[in-house]
Amino acid sequence: MKPAPFDYRRPGSLTEAVAALAGEPGAKVLAGGQSLVPLLSMRLAAPSMLVDINGLPGLDTITADDTGVTIGALARHADVLASDEVRRVQPLVPMALAHVAHATIRNRGTTVGSLVHADAAAEMPVVLSLLGGSLDVEGPGGRRTVPAAELYVGPMECSVHHDEIAVSAHFPALAPGAGVAFDEVARRHGDYALVGAAALVDGKSVQVGYLSVADVPTVVDLSGVPDDRLGDVALEHLDPGDDIHATSDYRAQLVRVLTARVVRSAREGGAR
Amino acid sequence: MSEEQHDVVLTVNGTAHPVSVPARRLLSDALRHDLGLTGTHVGCEHGVCGACTVLLDGRPVRSCLLLAVSAQDGEIITVEGLANADGSLGPVQQAFLECHGLQCGFCTPGFLTTITAGLRDNPTPTHEEARDMIAGNLCRCTGYQNIVRAVERAAELARDGAPHAQVPHPPEPEAGQLEFEDRDDDNASTGLGA
Repeated sequence: MKPAPFDYRRPGSLTEAVAALAGEPGAKVLAGGQSLVPLLSMRLAAPSMLVDINGLPGLDTITADDTGVTIGALARHADVLASDEVRRVQPLVPMALAHVAHATIRNRGTTVGSLVHADAAAEMPVVLSLLGGSLDVEGPGGRRTVPAAELYVGPMECSVHHDEIAVSAHFPALAPGAGVAFDEVARRHGDYALVGAAALVDGKSVQVGYLSVADVPTVVDLSGVPDDRLGDVALEHLDPGDDIHATSDYRAQLVRVLTARVVRSAREGGAR
Repeated sequence: MSEEQHDVVLTVNGTAHPVSVPARRLLSDALRHDLGLTGTHVGCEHGVCGACTVLLDGRPVRSCLLLAVSAQDGEIITVEGLANADGSLGPVQQAFLECHGLQCGFCTPGFLTTITAGLRDNPTPTHEEARDMIAGNLCRCTGYQNIVRAVERAAELARDGAPHAQVPHPPEPEAGQLEFEDRDDDNASTGLGA
């Protein structure tokens, strides 16, 4: 089980990196590689070139201010999770990161990489979508900001072009009085979740984002829905699938349980 | 057609090793095949089992999920680098010996590197923290109980300073339940609390 051959570039600047991608339609960006390298080894992906951005300066930043948390493309999950500033400004980020794989994977994997990998079973795309965050990407035409609502277009597919590099992600701050919560059920701690849910409750507004129950990270507006109907209303917008790990009925039941749980927990958090 | 080779220097256990590798060479394979450091074991080769865990700049990482060319700027520690300077066993190795923390030994290098870094960051883990520390490593022999004991024993040894080979008494089973067997609070292994 070895990757197929590919060309390798390790540019020293963002401009060089974008240029390397532009000249090679089959090229992929390598950051943490914790999702990409297994795909290469299993030969589910065979890019013609990897552009390794690990040598680029200034991309490992994590900043937090009143507007939110901004995470650079080379910030590792572990560093984001350990940041007290991030926890203070947007606690949903570390709540969800604690469920991302195992500590050893988080030491190398990057939060921005997870966002553009666009796996509907991953935690951070749901968090970005729920919070209405955005991604800054650098391409041949310069920099643009992609809102989370326009980011996820299909299974493992996001709207970042092949010659663009995601340089940072912005997670908006938690508003005063609002509450957030995250929970998921997995066969084993650290495995992909059978179902996961994140809630954002702000006054009468109740939003819940889901992973593993649709082709893309899906946020459902549950404002005004009675507590005993939350999960059932959410299921009208979701499509829990069958696989070797769980039936669709079981996933639907997990949606009901987790929805009630995260909404309650987010309300309690907001009330504090 | 021959594949392009990349000249990189891998710094492993304090020694700089110049190697010439194709870009697709995994760090795990570079360590084993190019450097002959076969202490790092390759299990699943896609990041699940943890057997290939090494320390990169002091942090545990899966060497099967890193390209050798991408690891050239870091300091790598493998299981070969965990012994004391005089060749005696390091505290985590000593604790595995004392607690019978291994059977076939295949997964052990990944546990040793992971726990070495874990105890550096948290020298006095609780029982739960000791379990969480090894949650990303699979062992098919031991049932983990003795590995958890070894984490706690290694913490003791590291606190005492010098490792000493004192084998603890084997646990005395109580009626129906082994002393070290976790029952209802065993969320870490099932993930489901059941």
